[in-house]
Amino acid sequence: MLDIVIIGAGPAGLTAAIYAKRAEKSVLVLEAMNYGGQIINTPDIENYPVNAHISGFEFASRLYEQAKALGAEVVFEKAVDIIDEGNLKKVVTNANLYECKAVIIATGSENRKLGVEGEDVLVGRGISYCATCDGAFYRKKTVCVVGGGNTALEDALYLSDIAEKVYLIHRRDSFRGEETTTNKLKKKSNVEFVYNSVVTKLNAEKRLKSIEVTDKEGKVREIETNGLFVAIGRIPETQNFAKLVKVDESGYVIAGENCRTDVKGIFVAGDNRVKDVRQLVTATADGAVAATEAVKYIGTL
Amino acid sequence: MIKISQDNFEEEVLNSPVPVIADFNADWCGPCKMLKPVLEEIESERSDVKFVSINIDDEDLIAEDYEVFSIPCLIAFKGGKEVARSVGLKPKAAIESFIGEI
Repeated sequence: MLDIVIIGAGPAGLTAAIYAKRAEKSVLVLEAMNYGGQIINTPDIENYPVNAHISGFEFASRLYEQAKALGAEVVFEKAVDIIDEGNLKKVVTNANLYECKAVIIATGSENRKLGVEGEDVLVGRGISYCATCDGAFYRKKTVCVVGGGNTALEDALYLSDIAEKVYLIHRRDSFRGEETTTNKLKKKSNVEFVYNSVVTKLNAEKRLKSIEVTDKEGKVREIETNGLFVAIGRIPETQNFAKLVKVDESGYVIAGENCRTDVKGIFVAGDNRVKDVRQLVTATADGAVAATEAVKYIGTL
Repeated sequence: MIKISQDNFEEEVLNSPVPVIADFNADWCGPCKMLKPVLEEIESERSDVKFVSINIDDEDLIAEDYEVFSIPCLIAFKGGKEVARSVGLKPKAAIESFIGEI
């Protein structure tokens, strides 16, 4: 039997693996996609202590190598269920079943989709969830950004320097994001605000040609655009575990700073935990705490 | 993986006797860097498909011609024509099944 199974090989999961291995526990990390998590999309990390600049790819690769060098095993399988039998936990993947003493859920989050017909087909053909990844393709073109939080505002600001015209579409009449960013955007002559509106239709011929937005009064407006950047938040990837551990109304696993869930021996780390600040440094911090708590828990068995 | 430029695109991709998987990427693209070793691994296992790499910053005209608007982007060519495309970083099994379908 393994000591600890960690679900997710992002910054939280891999940091947990480092701490657990250094405490001489046997560790298996399960990853459904690729190691590194969403940080690999960031070209330049400027707010992680010590390194003034490091790319997300390099950060993830070095973290992965560090965990592997300490003896953590990483397997690319998707965890679909956890069965709690008290002192014994079983983690079910799409290929195997692993028995262990403690589990750390570090599955992170994924982009929230618009839910408009044709969205999936048009990803990479006009629809994007990452302005810093795909913005460069829209030089001198028209783009729309959907959302009202910091990500949407920052995306619109970033794109306003690249694209000819930026529409910022928001379902309310004011933004949740920082006022300083909003003010910067208002000074941009090529940014148009489309308030009280939601995207209701995507028109495409092979690629996105225009979108339709519907306002509060039900009035429909068509906007010709080359790109649509969706920045309406993220959703925690906790669907497979929500029937076992307590989650809040948005799906975030409920646990305090000690990363303990309401089920003994099951811990949570990273962006899928209820918290105020979701940053790289808080994800790695969670990893350290969750692993330490898991080691402590195993000591009591 | 053969590096493709405007000069050898026709010869290596369009006129290739075997199907081609063209990997559109950029130096600043983290997911592209994650995908590269996966493609190299599949390349070493398969001799019936040719793998080529196209840097979209150096070869923006090719990227524009094929309407690449997000990377990583894999385009499968057969007989000089695009037959399929896969956008985004995906695990090895998904890439293999994408290549298997062409």
